[in-house]
Amino acid sequence: MKAMKKRDIWLLISILILASYLIFLIYPLLNLLKSAFQSKESGFTLEYFVKFFGKKYYFLTLWNSFKVSVCATAITLIIGVPLAYVYNMYEIRGRVALQMIIILCSMSAPFIGAYAWILLCGNSGVITKAVKSLFGITMPTIYGFNGILLVLSLQLFPLVFLYVSGAIKNIDSSLLEAAENMGCTGAKRFFKLIVPLCMPTILAATLLVFMRAFADFGTPLLIGQGYRTFPVEIYNSFFSETGGDYGFACATSVIAILITTVIFLFQKWCSGKFSFTMNALHPVERKKAKGAFNILIHLFCYLVTFVAFLPQLYILYESFRKTSGKAFVPGYSLASYQSALDVAGSAIRNTFVIGLSALALIIIMAVMVAYLVTRRRSALNTVIDTTSMLPYVIPGSVVGIALIMSFNKKPLILTGTMIIMVIALVIRRLPYTIRSSAATLQQIPITVEEAAISLGSSKMKAFLKITIPMMGNGIISGAILSWVTIITELSTAICLYTVRTQTLTLAIYTYVLRGNDGIAAALATILNLTTVISLGVFMRVSDSKDVTL
Amino acid sequence: MSVCIKIRNAVKKYGNNTIISDLSLDIREGEFFTLLGPSGCGKTTLLRMIAGFNSIEGGDFFFNDKRINDIDPSKRNIGMVFQNYAIFPHLSVRDNVAFGLKNRKTPKDELIRETDRFMELMHIKEYADRMPDRLSGGQQQRVALARALVIKPDVLLMDEPLSNLDAKLRVEMRTVIKEIQHTVGITNVYVTHDQEEAMAVSDRIAVMNHGDIQQVGTPKDIYQRPQNLFVAAFIGRSNVMTGELSMKGDVPFVRFDAGYEVEMQNVRSEYRKDQKVQISVRPEEFIIEPGEQTDGIRAVIDSSVFLGLNTHYFVHTEDGEKLEIIQESQIDSIIPSGTSICLRVKKEKMNVFAAEGEYNILEGVRNDITA
Repeated sequence: MKAMKKRDIWLLISILILASYLIFLIYPLLNLLKSAFQSKESGFTLEYFVKFFGKKYYFLTLWNSFKVSVCATAITLIIGVPLAYVYNMYEIRGRVALQMIIILCSMSAPFIGAYAWILLCGNSGVITKAVKSLFGITMPTIYGFNGILLVLSLQLFPLVFLYVSGAIKNIDSSLLEAAENMGCTGAKRFFKLIVPLCMPTILAATLLVFMRAFADFGTPLLIGQGYRTFPVEIYNSFFSETGGDYGFACATSVIAILITTVIFLFQKWCSGKFSFTMNALHPVERKKAKGAFNILIHLFCYLVTFVAFLPQLYILYESFRKTSGKAFVPGYSLASYQSALDVAGSAIRNTFVIGLSALALIIIMAVMVAYLVTRRRSALNTVIDTTSMLPYVIPGSVVGIALIMSFNKKPLILTGTMIIMVIALVIRRLPYTIRSSAATLQQIPITVEEAAISLGSSKMKAFLKITIPMMGNGIISGAILSWVTIITELSTAICLYTVRTQTLTLAIYTYVLRGNDGIAAALATILNLTTVISLGVFMRVSDSKDVTL
Repeated sequence: MSVCIKIRNAVKKYGNNTIISDLSLDIREGEFFTLLGPSGCGKTTLLRMIAGFNSIEGGDFFFNDKRINDIDPSKRNIGMVFQNYAIFPHLSVRDNVAFGLKNRKTPKDELIRETDRFMELMHIKEYADRMPDRLSGGQQQRVALARALVIKPDVLLMDEPLSNLDAKLRVEMRTVIKEIQHTVGITNVYVTHDQEEAMAVSDRIAVMNHGDIQQVGTPKDIYQRPQNLFVAAFIGRSNVMTGELSMKGDVPFVRFDAGYEVEMQNVRSEYRKDQKVQISVRPEEFIIEPGEQTDGIRAVIDSSVFLGLNTHYFVHTEDGEKLEIIQESQIDSIIPSGTSICLRVKKEKMNVFAAEGEYNILEGVRNDITA
């Protein structure tokens, strides 16, 4: 046996993967940690932490982030859970279209939503002006807390909706019938049966939403104005025009990681308490609701979807408006697209080059790691498993900063290259793809591989010819979802990009900041279109209308 | 080419947990050999050690004279049929069957010829271009068998191949398996927990418990003369009672605790001495005598189940011991519950074990664990 193990190619792969994690994840994180505790002159110091907790200003950003994340999470639950319930329990007209739109909303870059809401409800927004001229009322300001909350809630409720929909589909209709039999119907059924049954899923969704809201960078940057949040603070202290305070930025990053880790562990602990599995033999059949209730649930679904979709529609509309300089003038034209392609052609090309390279790496590594952790349990692979989950709890801008600090000096200078952007995307997206690949792999019985080996295949051949093709659809659909998140990524890229490596999201962001709304809208529409096409391909491949992230 | 399998002092451990401590076994060339035992007895573990999917912590495994411990599973030239068939879902029936030949770089014309031959043999030729998800369980099973056999393996290993099929198909497929094994003439190691299935297909059966082999023999051997009380109770049904062996001159007598005494000429000479024993009587080895005769075990009928061919009676003796009896159904009537009866035994059929049940003291017990 020993001789056999030595020749095992998977051991080599384990070592290679671990080595890349050590270089590109662990080393940068340790660097970050070191810098957080190291003053410029004299070794170990706590001065950055003292500064952070000593000044009310810094602590306030943390408090702000918490406040807005908790509120946004609460709102997404209040919208998402009932929406999933009525959507899956009752007949809703145009349900397929509704779901498509909701999925699409969750896929677009959050800062584009923020930008659209500024155009709609900002100081000189369309709605602000219309309301003022029609009713003479001044709308409450969209900037600051309100705006961030609005954008994040609309951006993130689809996650809750998709997660909980998945859980409701796993509820066996006999459970509902049994409850009904014992006199539990209507709202009582919702709170006493559906919500508890979906609790593990709701918790998972809550964590995901909170993490995203907490780490979101683009939204508060655009719409936050004076309302400073944590990720923006990290970014600002690192890239401050007056010369970045690296140590302080690192210390802030460490605090951010600590907080997200605590929340992650808390969620793990909670979901351990609520853990059970369901598998519906007879899924719930949708019923037709009657009378006023029917109208009410339709209104609810349509209204939520419309509001969520409004920013995208408005961006689409803007992109076709005629412009003169930076300002819009009456009439329509394709001029914005023309100039968008002129100025941002390289950004589009970069998006595809960087995105596709990252995607290829992500797929290869995710499949390998998934195989190692599900099929070849060993101490080494457990370490890989744990390490691969680390990026779950690390905000995007922190990944960016850690990478810059580690690879801006010899022996390995990567800053300013496309490689570093690819690495950043791989690190950030890998955990999700590993999870989905591992889930696919777990459904494939190991005996199929053993059958191939007993028929004379080598281990590698069995993996390549049998396991991979069987995982096929799972891998491809996972890859497309990764692709969508890659092309809409902002928070890491903004730390790492240069003029040469600018991507589509960064270009949009730049033009938004410059106030060049026509080009920004055109680029955003191109990005949205890419997303729509990708999602269309996804649904073809996965042969379903369900998207789980 | 078929091989004989020789296992010497095999050890299997998972961490500190020893599953098989010291197991030796000989499987003859070309025989249909079954590993039978309750779940967790180590039968699948042993099979997977032969296949090479489980590591071997000690001992030696031989195919003929070749030690296979360190040979990669893909080089052992075994055919394996899995409980869930393990059909490759993304390959057609033909490609599934041809998979092993392709790995062996078989020339194309031979590959097609052999694939066709085995698909015909298993009656799946008509589905050759179908994908597996459009096959029934029985058909998938046939594909799995064809796929395992087409590579002309030295040994065919089968791990509970019928347990996912419904009862009727199970009976049909076991005939198919038996016949194909006979046609191909290959050494076959078969794992099952179903003793009826084991009896139906096997040339010889090894009964396993707690990682040990209890007895190896033909179905007839292990049913009629079980090596120990475990085998007696696991194969078929047994009523186990306590009693005493006593010598009256040269003649051994077995006396049930209920007082009934029978002469047993077939006690082996080395065990012919006074001792406590356990007696195993199968339900069909009782004879029901009406009324309360003195010569027999007195009992009262509690209930009965009519099953067509046979009628099962559940009775209790004067000591309160519960027994099960099977009688061929009579045309006139079923004996009503509450009737007092007297039980005698077919003494040539019953088995007598040492006090702890660890061995059978009668003549005619065959147990050839190693050849």
